Amino acid sequence: MTSANGSLIHLRDVHKVYYRDKLEIPVLQGIDLDVDEGEFLALMGPSGSGKSTLLNLIGGIDLATRGEVQVAGESLSRLSPGRLAAWRARHIGFIFQLYNLIPVLTAQQNVELPLLLTRLSSKERRRRVLFALELVGLQDRAKHFPRQLSGGEEQRVAIARAIVADPTLLVADEPTGDLDARNAGEILTLLQRLNAELKKTILMVTHDPHAAERAHITRHLDKGVLQP
Amino acid sequence: MKYLRLVLANLLRSKRRTFLTVFSIAVALFLFCTLRTVITSFEAAMRASNATRLVVRHAASLVFPLPLAYRERLAQVPGVTGITYGNWFGGYYQDPKNQFAQFAMDVSTFDALFPECVVSEPEKEAFRAERTACIIGRSLARKYGWKIGDEIPIIGTIFPGEWRFTVRGIYTGATKDVDENTLFFHWDYLDQSLPAGRRSLVGLYWLRIASPDLAPAVSRRVDAIFENSAQPTKTETEKAFQAGFISMLGNVRLLLTIIGSAIVFAILLVTINTMMMAARERTAEIAILKSLGFGDGRILFLVGAEAVLLSLAGGLLGSGLAALVFHESDFTGGGFFPNFRVLPETVVLGLGLALVMGIVSGIVPAIQAARLRVADAIRKVA
Repeated sequence: MTSANGSLIHLRDVHKVYYRDKLEIPVLQGIDLDVDEGEFLALMGPSGSGKSTLLNLIGGIDLATRGEVQVAGESLSRLSPGRLAAWRARHIGFIFQLYNLIPVLTAQQNVELPLLLTRLSSKERRRRVLFALELVGLQDRAKHFPRQLSGGEEQRVAIARAIVADPTLLVADEPTGDLDARNAGEILTLLQRLNAELKKTILMVTHDPHAAERAHITRHLDKGVLQP
Repeated sequence: MKYLRLVLANLLRSKRRTFLTVFSIAVALFLFCTLRTVITSFEAAMRASNATRLVVRHAASLVFPLPLAYRERLAQVPGVTGITYGNWFGGYYQDPKNQFAQFAMDVSTFDALFPECVVSEPEKEAFRAERTACIIGRSLARKYGWKIGDEIPIIGTIFPGEWRFTVRGIYTGATKDVDENTLFFHWDYLDQSLPAGRRSLVGLYWLRIASPDLAPAVSRRVDAIFENSAQPTKTETEKAFQAGFISMLGNVRLLLTIIGSAIVFAILLVTINTMMMAARERTAEIAILKSLGFGDGRILFLVGAEAVLLSLAGGLLGSGLAALVFHESDFTGGGFFPNFRVLPETVVLGLGLALVMGIVSGIVPAIQAARLRVADAIRKVA
């Protein structure tokens, strides 16, 4: 599941350009990046520097305009939309700043969503969902709807949803951006545990230097260019 | 099945909107089934028509009677194997809105010409034996709670006054298409109660012929006999007679089809709008599902399934309600629509229409959802 040079994430000369009307907006310019399996990498940079765009390219929800994006052994630009979706289901766990839980589903049902794409029986799905909720310390909140949970709890449910299908890589976009200091600390500790105990590779975008300190490596992005 | 909970949860997200949409589809399908039933009840009357029966009436109009004296000459026409006659009575029970068909019939020949009205032998005998006796259809008896021995007062409109009949028999239809909402009584009772100037006049003659193939020739022969008389005749098959009766209302079938289609089309537009609104509100959630690995096809299916389920719920409610209401109410439209029953095939047609509405209303938002670019949608949320 690694690229030719042995890294889980392998980016070479990656460019991303957005077009607004006829205006060309370069967002990422010649990004080279290698991340090994089991690493916890923090990506920092000012607003508009292209952090989230880079995360989206690595998570396979956007495609590079130019360059090579290889993640978990796949060159993402060569995959069809259908195969790319299947690849995401298998390899990527997303954690968003605003949690993005489905409000009409309970915590348990939200966590179960990625497993609906597998051939697991409903009994096995339930077992895995409860295990994931237990990992994030929310087994007693399984039947609660998102509106009945605090922000920190919602984010922990989102993390349970991200890990329930045992993905290769967790990509977290400002996971503590909407939380108070205490909850943010708990979420970062949880991510550290997932990295240390379950050997999950984590790529985290953050503004917060305290959050970045929890990662093994921190890289800075400025105006679409990754700083050395 | 594993996606059903997700589909249902999304449908019940806005209960009021879902209820109103289901209700509007149900109303449209209820009206569609009702209008369709008007057509099928006409068709049932046509189906119940006997191919070996001819109807003879005044050539000018149904309202002009024919002399009773025609009976002997009609019976002698080659190909005719039986004859009976009668008059449309046109009365009501207690209140003008209680309309149903009443016919004064020649009792001695009636059952031979109308074998589809099945009455037991003892009841038949009792009917023949009593001048003021009548037989009524099973649905009519059920509607008004009449039973054998009851006396029924009917207010005459064509033949004014209150007429009292005693129920001596209850007939059932030999097939489901046979009207069971008619009252038959003695033609003699009517005739003998009229002033001398109005006696011995017959509204309609029914002729039984040996074979349906003889119908054109016998009709021509009958009309030729009376062509130059004071009361010329028009002879046609019972089916043609029924069709002519219906055509007096104009092109009913076309009119009802247009009205029904217009209702369904209007509700279809409402449903499309609702589904597009519902899908648009959930752009971010659809993007999240896609980020989790839900492919375009699966998203298309989920959004489409919501629309189809919504429409089917409305269809089931509307069609089912129509079937139930008209089954329980014994509605006959003032006697105009005997056998007004929503047929199983009409319910199936209604459900089929609901399915089509679901697919059509779901296809645009489903395609939009499937084509959604995840990164763009998530960027908007963030």
